[in-house]
Amino acid sequence: MVEFTLPKNSRVTVGKTWPKPEGAKNIRKIRIYRYDPDSGENPRVDTYFIDTDDCGPMVLDALLKIKNEIDPTLTFRRSCREGICGSCAMNIDGINTLACIYGMDEIKGDIRIYPLPHMPVVKDLVPDLTNFYAQHASIMPWLETKTARPEKEWRQSIEDRKKLDGLYECVMCASCSTSCPSYWWNSDRYLGPAALLHAYRWIIDSRDEATGERLDELEDPFKLYRCHTIMNCTRTCPKGLNPAKAIGEIKKMLVERQA
Amino acid sequence: MSYKTDYKRVLGLGSAHSGTGHWISQRLTAIALLFLGPAFLIPFIRALGSGRDTVLATYANPFNALVAIGFFIIMFRHLRLGVQVVIEDYVHGERTRQLSLIANALFWRGFAVVGVFAVAKLALGA
Repeated sequence: MVEFTLPKNSRVTVGKTWPKPEGAKNIRKIRIYRYDPDSGENPRVDTYFIDTDDCGPMVLDALLKIKNEIDPTLTFRRSCREGICGSCAMNIDGINTLACIYGMDEIKGDIRIYPLPHMPVVKDLVPDLTNFYAQHASIMPWLETKTARPEKEWRQSIEDRKKLDGLYECVMCASCSTSCPSYWWNSDRYLGPAALLHAYRWIIDSRDEATGERLDELEDPFKLYRCHTIMNCTRTCPKGLNPAKAIGEIKKMLVERQA
Repeated sequence: MSYKTDYKRVLGLGSAHSGTGHWISQRLTAIALLFLGPAFLIPFIRALGSGRDTVLATYANPFNALVAIGFFIIMFRHLRLGVQVVIEDYVHGERTRQLSLIANALFWRGFAVVGVFAVAKLALGA
């Protein structure tokens, strides 16, 4: 059955409270999930205070400040700091988003930061995404063609190119998939919104010649049809994309080829 | 311990190449129930508690009887499809899962047969 309570070794305890910065006028309280598999201890929530007058505006700025100046053991992924690499996806103030493009001023009260939900945690805010990446690989995220390769390039009309807008922008941050209850319960068999959005991106690419095979692969009670249009994916996407619509379009195509 | 690659694990047993029929059927039965639901419930509730003769008279009307039979068949089909999804979503033990799915497949069909028989008996006055 689905587990409604956390296993004993995953229950979150109260952690350390770090001192407030001296002489600061504007202080924000930040509560961060900490877990170190080597310690053998349960996860805990540590409390930090930062001086917002001496810190950048985004949640990632605060995390970097904490790591640089308060607690170097805090572990998280980050790279581009501008919402294009997808590394710093985490659960901030209850929603999955990218720390680098989420402003602290958007949050009322304490800032609560947890790793992406329902994923194995490697350390602190770093989730294990190997299954997620393998699912992406399984939808053949590349152009499949049978026609002999043209001398110069595969041509595409402006209208056909426009069909890829709202899809190609996905940065694979996993915010959508890890916000989906269906993915929480069945991520071993359900591909999840991110992989399905990518699948649709190749299905409607005018240059791709494997449309039928792609639809064949997706036509499965678990791979695709675990989507029950809960729409958390669309609501949480930090890039403003609509994976739920992409999944709906795939379902429409599967009906269309039968009738 | 297993040395299966992540990719191998994701591929699992491959695609079942089905599910679209289930999806279409669930939506078609939902549309049908939008009409059959009220058409069944209104005369049913009216006849409720007003004696055997009123009930017999209600279902002696072929329209009411046909609507009731249609309602039982479609509603229990819709219920079976819906509960099947719930079981697939939430029941994870391999054995319990298979047994629940079998029970689900048989249980609601049994109910539909009983419902159809009951209405037929009333309508035909046997």
